Amino acid sequence: MSWITKTFTSSIGRKVIVAITGLFLCTFLVVHLVGNLQLFKDDGGAAFNIYSHFMGTNPVIRTLEWVLVLGFGFHIYESYTLAARNRAARKVGYVDSRPSENSPWYSRSMALLGTLILIFLIVHMYNFFYRARFGDLDPDINNNDDLYTLVVTSFKQWWYVLLYVGAQIALCYHLIHGFRSGFQTLGLNHRKYTPIIRVIGYIFAIVVCAGFASMPLYFYFFK
Amino acid sequence: MAGNNPNAKPMNLTLKVWRQRNRNSEGKIVEYQVKDISPEMSFLEMLDVLNEDLLLKGDEPVAFDHDCREGICGSCDLFINGRAHGPEKGTTTCQLHMRKFSDGDTITIEPWRANAFPVNRDLSVDRSAFDRIIQAGGYISVNTGGVPDGNEIPIPKNIADKAFEAATCISCGACVAACKNASAMLFVSAKISQLALLPQGQVERKTRVENMVAQMDKEGFGACTNIGQCAAECPVGISLENIALMNREFISAKATSDNLA
Amino acid sequence: MNLDSKIPEGPLAEKWEKHKFNVKLVNPANKRKYDVIIVGTGLAGASAAASLAELGYNVKAFTYHDSPRRAHSIAAQGGINAAKNYQNDGDSVFRLFYDTIKGGDYRSREANVYRLAQVSVNIIDQCVAQGVPFAREYGGLLANRSFGGAQVSRTFYARGQTGQQLLLGAYSALSRQIAYGKVKMYTRSEMLELVVVDGKARGIVTRNLITGEIETHAAHAVVLATGGYGNVFYLSTNAKYCNVTAPWRAHKKGAYFANPCFTQIHPTCIPVSGDYQSKLTLMSESLRNDGRVWVPKTKEMAERLRGGQIRVADIPEEERDYFLERKYPSFGNLVPRDVASRNAKQACDEGRGVGSTGLAVYLDFADAIKREGVDKVSQKYGNLFAMYEKITAENPYELPMRIYPAVHYTMGGLWVDYNLMTSIPGLYATGECNFSDHGANRLGASALMQGLADGYFVIPYTIGDYLAQMPPTPVTTQHAAFKEAEEAVHARTQKLLSIKGTRTPNEFHKALGHIMWDHCGMSRNAEGLQFAKQEIQKLRREFWSDLKLTGTNEELNQMLEIAGRVADFLELGELMVDDALNREESCGGHFREEYQTPENEALRDDENFAYVAAWEWTGDNQPETLHKEELQFENVKLTQRSYK
Repeated sequence: MSWITKTFTSSIGRKVIVAITGLFLCTFLVVHLVGNLQLFKDDGGAAFNIYSHFMGTNPVIRTLEWVLVLGFGFHIYESYTLAARNRAARKVGYVDSRPSENSPWYSRSMALLGTLILIFLIVHMYNFFYRARFGDLDPDINNNDDLYTLVVTSFKQWWYVLLYVGAQIALCYHLIHGFRSGFQTLGLNHRKYTPIIRVIGYIFAIVVCAGFASMPLYFYFFK
Repeated sequence: MAGNNPNAKPMNLTLKVWRQRNRNSEGKIVEYQVKDISPEMSFLEMLDVLNEDLLLKGDEPVAFDHDCREGICGSCDLFINGRAHGPEKGTTTCQLHMRKFSDGDTITIEPWRANAFPVNRDLSVDRSAFDRIIQAGGYISVNTGGVPDGNEIPIPKNIADKAFEAATCISCGACVAACKNASAMLFVSAKISQLALLPQGQVERKTRVENMVAQMDKEGFGACTNIGQCAAECPVGISLENIALMNREFISAKATSDNLA
Repeated sequence: MNLDSKIPEGPLAEKWEKHKFNVKLVNPANKRKYDVIIVGTGLAGASAAASLAELGYNVKAFTYHDSPRRAHSIAAQGGINAAKNYQNDGDSVFRLFYDTIKGGDYRSREANVYRLAQVSVNIIDQCVAQGVPFAREYGGLLANRSFGGAQVSRTFYARGQTGQQLLLGAYSALSRQIAYGKVKMYTRSEMLELVVVDGKARGIVTRNLITGEIETHAAHAVVLATGGYGNVFYLSTNAKYCNVTAPWRAHKKGAYFANPCFTQIHPTCIPVSGDYQSKLTLMSESLRNDGRVWVPKTKEMAERLRGGQIRVADIPEEERDYFLERKYPSFGNLVPRDVASRNAKQACDEGRGVGSTGLAVYLDFADAIKREGVDKVSQKYGNLFAMYEKITAENPYELPMRIYPAVHYTMGGLWVDYNLMTSIPGLYATGECNFSDHGANRLGASALMQGLADGYFVIPYTIGDYLAQMPPTPVTTQHAAFKEAEEAVHARTQKLLSIKGTRTPNEFHKALGHIMWDHCGMSRNAEGLQFAKQEIQKLRREFWSDLKLTGTNEELNQMLEIAGRVADFLELGELMVDDALNREESCGGHFREEYQTPENEALRDDENFAYVAAWEWTGDNQPETLHKEELQFENVKLTQRSYK
């Protein structure tokens, strides 16, 4: 086994991949959120559709899209591999175990939260990405695909709103742990700045997830 | 003749204890009653009482690991009421006192659980995996004799203190026991930190972290997911900073060491 | 047999250098052809195992622990002495030597102690090189403190856990040799018999504590580094597993046991709280640097305090008796351990003790806190205060600590010559297991020093001298002596298991402890000792007829382990009593009430007792034979110790 495979199949190696991809996905969330804020522009979706047209056709974005796919892929694959390994490390469990007395539940439930997010992701991709890219959306007034209308109609259904908001809650907890955890795994822990990272992590998780969750809620209740 | 609290009332307790004959046999929880337990007793002294009772009745006493009974040898290793070393923070099992419990309580006592720590008998586990990890590189390769004068290696006080903090690990294994993933990273990182921080440890810095992490993986411990259960249950307060430092050492060693294998 | 201490000729300061030159060397290519067994892997054993393996010998190391890192060396708190004179306060090899001889009340060998002081400086260098995180000054250099009554600051320390850090250093060196394959490590293996072939130590018999398997191991030489026997008192600051079994089995095979009655009682331990008490916890002696020891001046006041009618704070300053400061103005609270302990006992015997049992004195930090502030005091003693509070549920920042003396260290042990070889050729004893360096009383921070001195810097030279005299041919366990020893172990185990009486091993152990503490403890007298001797004999008979055990040999059977150890303590206890009876003088930790000065200080008899009492086993229930090694003092003048 060469040093490369040895490194990336070791426990720390896999963790590092999860951390790097996780933090990378955080940057994606920011971009995605900022772009989607176009939905709130009261122009019947013109700006949003321009934006989504740009995202769907710009060659740089299309290239980065593959990077994003790889990011997701590695993040998910390595996380599941680690989770399976970790589960196997204790074949006989405790009769009485009270982990809630030493740690927050979401930190112990990253695989579960991640799985929920993954399920959401599949629905989300099918509903919006797939139909925007490969579907047959009507053109809007600027002759862009009218993704906006699809969004608005989708978010008029209560179960859809519920799924989205629920997924954002899961994502929020996933991020609260994941954000600071990523830095820890990369070795960035110092009493000087780790408290700051923790605070930023909380703010990041809440702002991003509240931002995403506000969209379905806005359309369901106010449009 | 209680020392400081002559009014402390003796307690009666129900114990649910893991009994297992040897490594290969099946185990189960067995219930026992212990009476007139003084709140001044240590937890292990309470188990001594149980064992004397069992022996006098002709039953087999409960095997458990212990030795110094002053919180430093790291032998004791009980999982008490769902917690490594019991409910009190920063405390080994031997330093846990019965005043932390109340009359009528039921206490569940189990061995450390991890594949890498097989059960010897009852509550006693085999932690030799830790020794093998140290053997993989947890040392500075100097022979006896021929070393420089102690003061020829000045070490800034803050660095010396930090190395000391890491070196206080008593290898009890509570980190592994408490961790959802049965990960040994707190233990391993404490030794790596100590030696990485000190000037004496620089020469073997890269090979040390590579070899120790490899051995840790080989022993079948889980991987850290930064939950922090280990540090929360560590009786001597080893910090998660050590794991970060180990990760950093690992990344840098893998990126720059001459080890191609 | 004549006791030849093999002390080299020549001036004191040159003996060791000369001896190192004169010892025979083993050809480097031949070293790998010699096997050495080391029993015990604490400071003395691990350091010896690592050092011998580094030289090229094949080492087999044994411990009953699950890991070498758990030996009780780990519990030493205070520090390790070394004559570095880093503090420029007048320390020197000779001063450390002198202090140790004087502290030991002139009952140790000059040559051994001088060597100890000489190599002490190397120990610090070695440990630093291994990465032991000693305390440092802001400039990055090593810090020292004054410890245990020394007038110079020569103690190196790692906060309150110097023992653990030094042991981890030795353990790391040992681990490295295990990884190289030069040391074969046997954990959870207890030595139960020594094998002697043609008068020479040739191997050991061990029991695997997990499977019960009895194994034999052969080697060209055997080193015992198995620690002290303080647990003969049941309650002591020793770890629960500490025992005398390995040296005692060697004793019964011909190794002389020296000065068994020299026991150190440590003054600052947490008092006993009840019958269930399983061990005593030491509070570091460093506490006496700032804590003031006192009891109420009058018995009446003490009684009211114990009865709860008054509280500590109600006792005005003039009603407090700071007895150590009063009696010993120049050393005050820092008098040697034996003096501090005896005075505490005396205060309690006068009915002035505190705590509900009356068996405690106060160690008060109120003045230190007033003088230096809580922060400073907490910086120095924070971990000790926390430990005290954990055990007693009392806060020492607010209430004075209660302390009482407890058995801590045994100066006696297997008799060894200058080479650390016992009276059995090829059998060595190092560390607390031997008797060599501390005389009748050990100074604080000197146990770690001696263990590491023996292991790192003495045995690697002296064992070569012995090995070089025999051909490098393999040794095996084929000899009949191995079979015999193995059968003896089997027979003994079966005997223990087959008694099927009514009392547990711990009951016997506790009963023995009471006898020893009451009659062979802090102070002894002929009448009490004679009584104790009979009691021990009686108890021993009861043990062998009324012991209760369950289970078998072929499993992890912790009560069986305890029973075997208690059986040996029951024999050792009697020897200690014999030794205490024989030594009709008071010295160091051995205080015979009949022999004291008008001021109640220990009264030595250098005329008649300046010797090492080395006892030879003559058979079960037979009186042992006393051999005397006269002590020659050529470099120090024998004086009455005075700490006034």
